[in-house]
Amino acid sequence: MSNAIHLHYDVSGDDFTRAGEASGSVKKRLKSLGYNSDAIRRVAIAMYEAEINMVIHANGGYCDVDIYPDRVEILLSDSGPGIPDVDKAMQEGFSTAPDNVRNLGFGAGMGLPNIKKYTDHMKIDTTIGVGTNLYLTVNVNE
Amino acid sequence: MNVKELIDKLNLNVLTDSGDFNREVTDCYIGDLLSWVMGRAPEDSAWLTVMGNINSIAVATLADVSCIILVENASLDEDAKKKAEIHGVTILSTEENSYRLAVKISELIK
Repeated sequence: MSNAIHLHYDVSGDDFTRAGEASGSVKKRLKSLGYNSDAIRRVAIAMYEAEINMVIHANGGYCDVDIYPDRVEILLSDSGPGIPDVDKAMQEGFSTAPDNVRNLGFGAGMGLPNIKKYTDHMKIDTTIGVGTNLYLTVNVNE
Repeated sequence: MNVKELIDKLNLNVLTDSGDFNREVTDCYIGDLLSWVMGRAPEDSAWLTVMGNINSIAVATLADVSCIILVENASLDEDAKKKAEIHGVTILSTEENSYRLAVKISELIK
């Protein structure tokens, strides 16, 4: 489909407090376009978790969002350390986040499992020492 | 039951007031792990927590809860308060603990 709306965001790596700005902005945009609230919520949650992951583990990155009439496609890309064991990272409760992050209420090992739960398609391309690309699709069901 | 009625009936302290006090409260959710809460708190619920940091505001916005209620007088960070005012997130507080407050909310919204 050609009539996608394309959005691009840089995710700052050192600023925990600004995480959520990209997802919040996409949420607003989808709302104004009249997408249903369930789809908006799923996009927002998946994106926020991914943003937080980029801040905690990868020193930031960027995020590309393509909004189609029937789906939202999101690429989150970072040049971080990569994920050594994706299967393990997908397990609820598995976390390598440091204590200061846990004190803020994150690092419970829910990030990737949450992202999987709320998206219709999820693909992780990760290379140790090079970075991680996370591809997400949320279908918009009327 | 809307936020304003909840404030009045439960005698809650109002910490931010840029949010919508007419917003309906149809459910209640308790949790402090933000990822857990974000994935599970129902829309339009009163979210009871001790987490008064800036990330709580993002979670409240994304999960679309009606208000945050800081229980047992848990503190609200200054930057979190500012962000909540900007985004119209209502933050309330009480000296009650989560369980006791939830029991009262349950009576009000059933």
